[in-house]
This record gives sequence, structure tokens and C-alpha cells, in this order.
Amino acid sequence: MAERTFRVWRGDKTGGQFVEYKIEIDKGMVVLDAIHRIQEQKASDLACRWNCKAGKCGSCSMEINGKPKLGCMTRMNSFKEDEVITIKPLKTFPIIKDLVTDVSWNYEQNKRIAPLKLPPRPKDGKYRMYQRDADRVQEFRKCIECYLCQNVCHVLRDQHKKDKFVGPRFMIRLASLEMHPLDTEDRIEKIKNEYGSGYCNITKCCTDVCPEHIHITDNGIIPLKERVVDRFFDPIAILLHKIFGKKKSS
Amino acid sequence: MDIKEIQTIDHDVLVVGAGGAGIRAAIECAQLGLNTGMISKSLLGKAHTVMAEGGAAAAMGNVDKRDNWKIHFRDTMRGGKFLNQWRMAELHAQQAPDRVRELEEWGAVFDRTPDGLINQRNFGGHRYPRLAHVGDRTGLEIIRTLQDFCIHKGIATHMECTGLDLLLDSGRVAGLVGYWRETGRFVIFRTKAVIFATGGGGRAWQVTSNSWEYTGDGLGMAYRAGAELMDLEFTQFHPTGMMWPPSVKGTLVTEGVRGEGGVLLNNKGERFMFKYIPQRFAAETADTIEEAERWVKGDKNARRPPELLTRDVVARAIKKEVEEGRGSPHGGAFLDIASRRPADFIKKKLPSMYHQFKELAEVDITKEPMEVGPTLHYFMGGIRVDADTQATTVPGLFACGECSAGMHGANRLGGNSLSDLLVFGKLAGIGARDYVKNVSQGKIDEGQATAVIRNATAPLNREEGPNPYTVQEDLQKTMQQLVGLIRSAAELQKALSEIERIKKDIEKVKAHAAPQYNPGWNAAIDLNNLIVTAQAVAMAALAREESRGGHTRIDFEGEREEGLTYNVILNKDPNGKMQLRKEPRQTPPKHLADIAYAKIEDLERQNG
Repeated sequence: MAERTFRVWRGDKTGGQFVEYKIEIDKGMVVLDAIHRIQEQKASDLACRWNCKAGKCGSCSMEINGKPKLGCMTRMNSFKEDEVITIKPLKTFPIIKDLVTDVSWNYEQNKRIAPLKLPPRPKDGKYRMYQRDADRVQEFRKCIECYLCQNVCHVLRDQHKKDKFVGPRFMIRLASLEMHPLDTEDRIEKIKNEYGSGYCNITKCCTDVCPEHIHITDNGIIPLKERVVDRFFDPIAILLHKIFGKKKSS
Repeated sequence: MDIKEIQTIDHDVLVVGAGGAGIRAAIECAQLGLNTGMISKSLLGKAHTVMAEGGAAAAMGNVDKRDNWKIHFRDTMRGGKFLNQWRMAELHAQQAPDRVRELEEWGAVFDRTPDGLINQRNFGGHRYPRLAHVGDRTGLEIIRTLQDFCIHKGIATHMECTGLDLLLDSGRVAGLVGYWRETGRFVIFRTKAVIFATGGGGRAWQVTSNSWEYTGDGLGMAYRAGAELMDLEFTQFHPTGMMWPPSVKGTLVTEGVRGEGGVLLNNKGERFMFKYIPQRFAAETADTIEEAERWVKGDKNARRPPELLTRDVVARAIKKEVEEGRGSPHGGAFLDIASRRPADFIKKKLPSMYHQFKELAEVDITKEPMEVGPTLHYFMGGIRVDADTQATTVPGLFACGECSAGMHGANRLGGNSLSDLLVFGKLAGIGARDYVKNVSQGKIDEGQATAVIRNATAPLNREEGPNPYTVQEDLQKTMQQLVGLIRSAAELQKALSEIERIKKDIEKVKAHAAPQYNPGWNAAIDLNNLIVTAQAVAMAALAREESRGGHTRIDFEGEREEGLTYNVILNKDPNGKMQLRKEPRQTPPKHLADIAYAKIEDLERQNG
């Protein structure tokens, strides 16, 4: 047991400030445990989302000492013994209260994306895909929708272009559909014109914060950008597309 | 308070809960043309379904062609100690393969066999590799698939909205009162039918795999509306929860670790499960390490290792080893896969377990064993439903998934929950549609709605009173100590008197500050359901004088013949007190009894 100091942002959309709490920390605790202890002992109305407490649901995203992280996966012993822990809500989304932000914009982006479209089932009723092809998509499907990538994306966070770019999370969603071995839908034009693939300038901040270690930029966004280039800027590919209407370039 | 100022939303059907069962039910309702609403306490896609790791059980026969629905049915009945509702287990086993294939069509990317089919893995109590899976994150795959599919179906999804109570018109459902977490404001849903998919009540225990949401809301609301609850004595303690550090005690460690070859060891390094093979499973379980090893290597003539016995058996065995001084340092057992599989294999097949132990416990599971012990994981019991329609005993109220009772009997097999929620989520949607087309919207009784809202705001309006977190902890300690894995009449009676004491605290509980996104107030409200859940479990556990599946009585060891003749039913008597009766079970349909008691070889022969 040791007493530690936390500065937690308290407030709502009208404004707020950091409030200091000193609480006892036990061995093995994570930041989310500390927040729960603050709720139990000092501030029962401190707002914070959480669910699984095991890094699987992506609810407890927050900015801890300036770094976007999951509260449930950030161990207290990752800080220096006398370090003050400063906890803020995600910056990119509007504040609801304390550490809770309004992430509904993300859910709206997902609705804009055309879902998977498979060919009719084979005669025996069983679709076939090979594991090596599934692997590629499964990496993207590990996403737990914590929106840490959205939070650090410069286009969304600093340039406020939520109306132009769907953000890394939904580029990954698009990649999981476009690279699905059996999908027949064509989303390339929309990826360029509506979802804003051109806005990403590959700073890889999203990849750095992904708690699932998805290679968002290298494996997701860059291949999508390449498909856009192939479709719109490669004369031979344009010709082939016109003649055969072939959807997938890889 | 003027009730007319409360926001009102109209739907044909309102689904309460957005885990796998809730979303599947909502999809069905919407596809059948109903105006469908869905509320969830959390954001969409965060429900406990994401924690399901191992897979969805469905007898597709992709890995072992000897499998078929009858063997799945037989496994389910045997796992449930024959107390399941026969028809539910039949529907589940028959329909699960179609539900899994449908998910694939909606976008789920399951792991594949070398032939490119959906791969299936071994799991406790399942005769053949049967669990469609994605590494150890199958639940995430399933909820995300349902989520991504449902947003295109015109379902009104109301996130961070908590149900308080049903509104009735002459005994049938007319709507539901809820509140928005964000604003603390109330909302009345006017609906012809309501489907509960609210999950279990694990938060009544200290050591649980469940998150804050699982406070038995559906059980509490259904009970107060007059519905019957059933089989509440059967609570599943998953044998492998994390033991250390204390802050993650209870967090789930997938059974997939054992399915992939992991073994349980005591502090003497013994594979102790060989000592705990029940008679019923002796013929189908390996009795030597040598045979168990052959099975792991794929020898189809070898019998299954005893680590893959049903969860109730494994949980009790771990407890016994600990009690007899052979436990791990933090009071559990060692789960070892490090010495049995190469590091690459472990990281590929069990990536989130690797991650979870590395980050939370600083244990590298490719190098050292995990420490594990029983954690309250799942409610077999719940709201009593009709097997085919999922209708409860309150007209217009339906229930599916973990909050409903009957499918799993006395013990659930791993993997049967993900398939359960798909099968019965769909059937609940159909059941609600068939009901809705013949009824008109019931009248909203303003007096009822006002009473619900007054009760919910009371903790905020009190001058003083106990802290809701303290009361919750008090209840959790009571249930952990007195209504745990092993139970006795004396302890259960003590639990019931403690529950009466805690009820009085709940009536006086005080929440501070304003209603906007106030977790303290939210916890105070949840206590109303948690206490109903706790009382129901304790009463049912006291009434069942035998040990069966997820209910173990130290004063009544072993299964009793009489135990198979009834189910425990609880409901509210006219004076508002919880009453219990033992309802006689019907004679099983002959065609199903023949399957359940058949020799395995006879069923295998029935495949093409």
C-alpha cells in the first residue's frame, strides 16, 4: 500500500478543472482500479466508462499523463513512485461529463459503410476461405473500438475534419471488408471521395496507440490508398476496370 | 411531477440489452417488419458477449464428421445433468449450425480448416471439436458482426439507456420506463412487447467475470411484473478465473487454454483432474496421462483428458485441492500450457490470454503457468420461458440469452452460450412478432410510471443514507461467503437473513450530486435488481436438497433421484413476498430421451 496522487478532470461541456485525489494503491492495481477507488471513497459521481476490465471491450479510453490509453490496461507500477497521475477525457470528442465523451459520431460513420456482400452459397451450403486469406482480415477484426486511434488522428483531433475523413478506425473497418476473401461490394470510389482516404498523411500515430497492436497504417490504410491510386490514377488499371468492371486489384 | 413532460418513444417491440441475444432478437424483429427499439446500459458492442472467448458450439461436423445435432443434444443434456428443458436443448442443437453459418454471411470471419471451412475446436463436455471460433476472441467477433449488421436494419438503438421497470395494462406489457445515463432524465417506451436480453447477475458476488452491468436487471424487472423465475440455484462458477493481482481476481481465462492442450496442476505438480472423474463420464474420459496425451495429438480412438470435464466438476476439483493444501500461492491451481505447446502456437491460438496475463499479471504464459481459480461466470437459471416462443409468464414479455432459464439445465457447457443467444435471440424475435400482430398497444398507467420514477429518484433526494458502493460490497461479501461454490443449509439461511438486513439499507441508500452520468446513483438503482437476484439464488439453493451441476450442497452430497422430478420456480406472492414452489417436470418426449440416453456409437452411426 502506498498513497498516490491523481489529478482527474472533472466537469462537463460548460467547462471544468482538475481535481486532486489522494488514495491508497495496492500491488497490481491499474489506473481504472484507482478510479473505482476514488468513486467508492471520494467522489461517487465521478463519471467514467468501463466494462470488461481486461482490455477486450474498449470502453475505458482516456488520456493518462498525456498518453491515450485504456485505463484497465495501464498498470500503476508503470509510473515512477512519486509521479502524479493526470487523467483527462479523450480530446477529440465532445465532453459529456468528467472522463466520458460523446463518441456517437463514430457509430454514425459505421452506418455510412456498405456492409459485406457475399456471392450465393456454393451447392453444399459451405463458404470456403483459406486461413492465410482470413489472417489478413482477422488482424483488422481484432479492433475493440476504443477509438484511441480516432483520438490521436491529426485530421480529427487538430484539423477537426470529421466531415471529411472517417478516421483510422473506419479505414480499418473498410480494409476488413475490402480485403475479405469473398466480398463482392465495391467501396473504392467512396473510400476516395466520401471517406477521405487522401486526408491521412501516414504519421502512424494511430498505429502507435492501438492497444490491439493492429498495423493500422501499414496493413490497412496504405493498401487502401494504393487501391484508390490504381483505380483513379493508373491508366492501365482504369482501362481494365472499364472493360471488365473488375472490382479487386489484389 | 407531470408525467406528460416525460419523453415518450413508441415501438412495436423494445429489446432490453444489446449483447449477442439482444442484438440477434432485434435483427429478427426488424427483419420481420416491426418497429424495433433496443436499449443498452453501455455503448453498442461493449456487452459481456465480448468476453466470450472459446467459441460458439454447433454440430457442423467440419472437423470430425461423426458429429451431428443429436450428439450435441446428448452432450448438452448430460452437461446439464438432465435438468434442461428438453425442447430447448433440441431446438438449440438443431438450429445452431444455421445460426453460425448465417453469421458468416453477415461478416464473421471464423478460423478455417485446411479445406477452407469454419474450423471447430474441442471444449469441455463436447464429444467432438464443435466450437466455431476466432482465436480466443470469438465473442468480440460475434458481437461486432451482429452490431455491424444491425445498424443497417432500421433498428432504433438507444445507447446508455437503462431499464427501470415494465409498465403493465391489465397484466400485459404496455411499455417500460428507463433513464438516460447521460442526462439522468426518464423515458417511457410505449410498446406492445418487450424482449429481455439483460444477461445474468454476477455482480452479486465478489469474484466474478461479469462487469458492472450484470446486476440481474431483467430478473428484477420481470419478477416485479409478476413473471416466474426458474432454476436460480444453478450458478456457474467458471473453473479458471485469474487469481492475481487482486484487482483482476475473477477475470475470465478461457477454457480454450485446456481445449488447446493446457493442463491443471497442483502445487506438487500433479495433474489432479484424474482423481475427479465422475462415474457418468468415466466411460468417455481418459484415465491415464498416456491416453490423454494421445487424444491431444489427435488419436481419435483415445478418450478426452479429464481437464475437459464439465465446468462444475473442474471448479469443485480445484476448490478441493486448495482446501487440502495443494493450492497455488494465491489459492488456486496452476494452468500450464507453456510446457505443452510452442510459444508461437500459444500466441496464435490464445492471443488475448497472452496479452491479458502479460499486461495485467506480468506473467508470460508461453514461459510460466497461470494461476487460476473459480469465478462466478454465468446464470443457468433466469426468467421462465416457453421453449418455442421465449414467451415468459407475463403476456407481451419475452426473454432470451443468459437472463432466460431452461436451455442449460443444471450446468452449461462452454460454447453453448454463444450458440444459445443466436438461436433463442432469433426465436424470441419470431415469438414477439407472432404476439404483436394480434394485440393493440396497451394503455400507459400514469400512476405506475410515476411510482417507478419516484423510486428511482429517491436515493438522490434523501438527506443522508448508506453509500451504494458499500451496500453493494456488503451484498457481494454475503453471497461470496454464504452462497458460493459449495453451500449448506445453515449458510444459506444466514444469507437470507443478511439479505433482509441489506434490503433495509437499500431502502435508505443515498446517492450524491446530480443525476447526470452519475455512477453512484446508477449503482444505487441497480441494487434493486441485484437484491432480487441474490434472494432468488439463495432461496432456490436452500430448496434443492442435492448436489447437481452448478449447485453443490455439502449437506446433501451427490445427485438425488428426486432432484430430477422438479424445477424450482420463484415468483412474487400477492403480498409482495418472494414465494417458491417445486414444479413437477414433464416426462421427456420419447424421441429425445432415446437420444439422451443412447450409446454414443449408435448416434455416430446415424451420419450419412
